[in-house]
Amino acid sequence: MRMAAFLLRRLLGLIGVLLGMSVLIFGIIHILPGNVAYSILGEFATPAAVAQLEAKLGLNDPLPVQYWRWLSAMLHGDFGMSIVMNRPAASLIGEALGRSALLAGLAFGVIAAGGISLGLYAATHRGRISDKVLTLAQFVLIAVPEFFWAILAVLVFASWLNLLPATGYAPLDAGVADWAAHLVLPVLVLSFGLVAHVSRLTRSSMLEVLDSRFVLAARARGLPERRVLWRHALPNALLPAITVLAIDAGLLIGGIVVAETVFAYPGLGRLLVYAIERHDLPLLQVGMMVVTAIYALANFVAELLYAALNPRIRVAGATA
Amino acid sequence: MSVLAFQRLRVPSTLVLGGTLLVLIATASVVGIWITPYDPAAFSVRVRLQPPSALHPFGTDEFGRDVLSRVLAGAHLSLATGFGAMAISLLVGVPLGLLAAFHRGVVQEVIMRGVDLVISLPPVLLGLLVLAVTPPGLGKTIAAVGLVYIPIMVRLTRAVALGLLEEDFVQAARARGEGALPILWHEILPNAWPPIIVECGLRVTFAILLGSALSFLGLGPQPPASEWGLMIAEGRDFLTQAPWVSLAPGLCLCVLLVSVNLVGEGLRERLDPHLSGRTHA
Repeated sequence: MRMAAFLLRRLLGLIGVLLGMSVLIFGIIHILPGNVAYSILGEFATPAAVAQLEAKLGLNDPLPVQYWRWLSAMLHGDFGMSIVMNRPAASLIGEALGRSALLAGLAFGVIAAGGISLGLYAATHRGRISDKVLTLAQFVLIAVPEFFWAILAVLVFASWLNLLPATGYAPLDAGVADWAAHLVLPVLVLSFGLVAHVSRLTRSSMLEVLDSRFVLAARARGLPERRVLWRHALPNALLPAITVLAIDAGLLIGGIVVAETVFAYPGLGRLLVYAIERHDLPLLQVGMMVVTAIYALANFVAELLYAALNPRIRVAGATA
Repeated sequence: MSVLAFQRLRVPSTLVLGGTLLVLIATASVVGIWITPYDPAAFSVRVRLQPPSALHPFGTDEFGRDVLSRVLAGAHLSLATGFGAMAISLLVGVPLGLLAAFHRGVVQEVIMRGVDLVISLPPVLLGLLVLAVTPPGLGKTIAAVGLVYIPIMVRLTRAVALGLLEEDFVQAARARGEGALPILWHEILPNAWPPIIVECGLRVTFAILLGSALSFLGLGPQPPASEWGLMIAEGRDFLTQAPWVSLAPGLCLCVLLVSVNLVGEGLRERLDPHLSGRTHA
């Protein structure tokens, strides 16, 4: 019952955030200075062309009317047209989203597996040289921007070693090897910094758990160390890691925008940057909405997961 | 008391190292542009894409500009982004957080729901959204990055202030009949700043990262500015023939980020009571 109430409250919160977000995105795009029609047509557009475009886009209506038209169309599944490419935004975003999801899913897997296992390794080797090296590496890795990783990766693996393609995307039906080869560098670049982040957190929360009394009790009962680590310590140490993974989802989205741009990977991030460069505002606002919705959903899922693993949150969450 | 105060003066080595590096970078950027014989913006076609040499320690770019001079001339842009954005988020976020802690009810609801909203946009997207519609520039990048961190400051300040409001000395001030502003100014703020400073220190790294990522995407200072993210992006076209054009600003950016990160960690070690007795988290 309590879980159901918790779920309902969070679901309402999610809907509220999405609605607010649609107002915010629409507002920023339409209220900020800069005439939309001129920014699409260029500053030397003839007044007649501007008037025609404004009429076509419905830019002469009051803003609330425009907003309502946009929102209700979206709720009916009509995501509008890309004005530059003259194609339905839904299909453009759909294709790009699939490819971005592939990238994000792979990177997320690498981050979760790599971060947690490195963190575990460091925690169980506390104070040894390997732990110190890892700590130092994490410290530096966190500070290196994705786009610089990308430059380094392209330089080393594509230019010097000639092992992997520098940019682009190959569809799966063109051959698995080619498809995978185009994914390696973007996934690696996306993962580096966040692996460091997650492993650092896993290490410190694991150290805390390893010092706790129930681990001492488990050891005192003579349980094998492996069992103590995997069954007693790890599940408790993972709670904060899950929260951080959810926060990192936001950083991952930012990283994807950068990585897709550098590697000319035709995903959603690159589509958004394209929409900005070409002033394709209908495409931009729908694309932004889709990305924030995904981000909000990721946070929602993380919260549910957290609550499922940690019953205390369900009560404490009631006041938040 | 005095012994305790003296012990607390101990400055962590991370803070010393990071601070030294940061001062060096700042000095180099100020002094360097006077020492270097090259105009960072001057084209000279005959020395296009020269590899690093004694004359051009970091090589030259596609227009024959000296990369070292450009890197030095661009340092202040990254520093300005990081610290400027942090200043914005402090100046806006802290008062809003205090307000939300002090005025429960409608004011708090409005502020905190606004915070929920802004925080649910992924940082790069928020920056993209702001910079998408207006012509990009340094000031706008700083504002966009600052906007990203305002909600974090609001939440943190509110949480800290809510805790302090329950303390005896605040209750005493209230009992004395002091108004909201004097209480906030004299009682809450002096005790709230350590966690806020710690958070700022750790966030400056991310602010510089975000700012340089935005200018890498072409949404920051425009050419011929020598913002490091922008320089890295410009060097991409010549990566195979002239990797130094991208690598030099990239490595400088990494050194800057590591030193800012060290300062942040040092501040945390110094000011965060949870960490006393522990080394790195």
